Amino acid sequence: MSVSDETPPSQWPGKRVAAQLSCLVVQPFLTRIVRRIAKRHPSLFARLGPHQGTDFLIDPQELPFALHLRPDPQAPLLRAVPRDGLQHAGATIRGRFMLLLELIDAEHDGDAAFFSRDLEVGGDTEAVVRLRNALDDMDGSLAEETAAMFSRPGRAVLTRLRRAYHGEIETRENQ
Amino acid sequence: MSLAELICPAGTPAALRTAVDAGADAVYCGFQDATNARNFPGLNFTPDELAASVAYAHERGTKVLLALNTYPPAGKVDLWRQAAETGALLGVDAFIVADMGVADYIARTYPEIRLHLSVQAAASSPEAIRYYCENFGVKRVVLPRILTIPEIRQIRKEIPCEIETFIFGNHGLMVEGRCSLTNYLTGQSTNMDGVCSPASDVDYVREPDGSMSSQLAGFTIDRFGPDEKAGYPTICKGRYTAPHRPEGYYAFEEPVSLNLSRLLPELIDAGVHAFKIEGRQRSKSYVRGVVSAFRAAVDDIRAGREANMADLVALTEGQKQTQGAFQTKKWR
Repeated sequence: MSVSDETPPSQWPGKRVAAQLSCLVVQPFLTRIVRRIAKRHPSLFARLGPHQGTDFLIDPQELPFALHLRPDPQAPLLRAVPRDGLQHAGATIRGRFMLLLELIDAEHDGDAAFFSRDLEVGGDTEAVVRLRNALDDMDGSLAEETAAMFSRPGRAVLTRLRRAYHGEIETRENQ
Repeated sequence: MSLAELICPAGTPAALRTAVDAGADAVYCGFQDATNARNFPGLNFTPDELAASVAYAHERGTKVLLALNTYPPAGKVDLWRQAAETGALLGVDAFIVADMGVADYIARTYPEIRLHLSVQAAASSPEAIRYYCENFGVKRVVLPRILTIPEIRQIRKEIPCEIETFIFGNHGLMVEGRCSLTNYLTGQSTNMDGVCSPASDVDYVREPDGSMSSQLAGFTIDRFGPDEKAGYPTICKGRYTAPHRPEGYYAFEEPVSLNLSRLLPELIDAGVHAFKIEGRQRSKSYVRGVVSAFRAAVDDIRAGREANMADLVALTEGQKQTQGAFQTKKWR
């Protein structure tokens, strides 16, 4: 079977299989992460108001899959989905993986990322604003907390990702 | 030398703690309702959160100013009175008000708590400011961003209260406190509901060529090319076509932020008591970066050193900054 010129890369048969496999591999980790966050940060849900049931599609551009988040306090959901696997998200948030992580951890300002066009949002803007404000009111680093769940390997991966991301930004700024 | 207090924004309890830790002399914040002019989804404080935040700030010597700076619509004044009662009970250091009725009520009911006149009141002449001081005991006026430094210096000589000026952040003037543009499209009011471009009415649409259009209540108010910097989805900063400007132009204001870091010594010399940083809708990251930078700059100036200001352009709207009317009346 040949791939047509019009077929988006995410729909190439090989890519789709790889994306689906990646989703299967990361899913158990995502489930652990979202349950732990929901347990440790219950105040997060109040700021979400009516958008606790909204489906967010979070799309870290360089990963082989996107993330589907439904911040329902009774049944928090975070699952990996192929990029085209969630057709009816209430809101979408798209950007580099480490940028998204830095936004969650308040190491980067969401409005500034929007002004620079590094962050793209779509769908229900109120849902995005509520999620942003809810996450921004959390204390501590979600990235660190998540990395710590996986002990030394988790922390090592986070350090490596951060180093690579900041190295890339520095290179881009020096060009 | 004036006090040169740093008045910093706090949209959430975590942002308040961040501002306090970064060196704010005072933080300003509001409740989760129409009584403050940043009534955005997921933002602001519950009474319990404000109680804990006031305790956190006061333990560290930082004041808390409560913004009650919108205008009660007819028959709805109880919400503002209740907010004032709660604020007084929780020990806030001042109320920031715009409406004369709210000012009068607080002045009579809580005379021991300072009143600051919000920028939303748009008091820009000595006569107007004196009126608020004489009738409601206002202790400080937040000046609209339409005055030059020589004008501020002159006003200072003619009024009996302190002056606060904005030094960084959003530069959406539209005659402070009187913007009705949001009303025009959405039916919600900046002045009475506390919302400018309510998020529920905002849509961002990605075009196939990578450009993005921002829409308010279904009307396209700007379109940004694939590599063009973006701004807020407010009508006053929209770009429009007209028969004589078919290429599109900013009819009111450009997406740009105010940054007066270079004018701090002149402002202090003109008698400005307090510097206000805008941005309760911004993140902890913004608060940390901007408050730290201005804390260092003000401390340098007060110690007689030259201020070495951090570059804040990445945090500005449209990644562009201006000294606005403070430098010249031709601020565009």
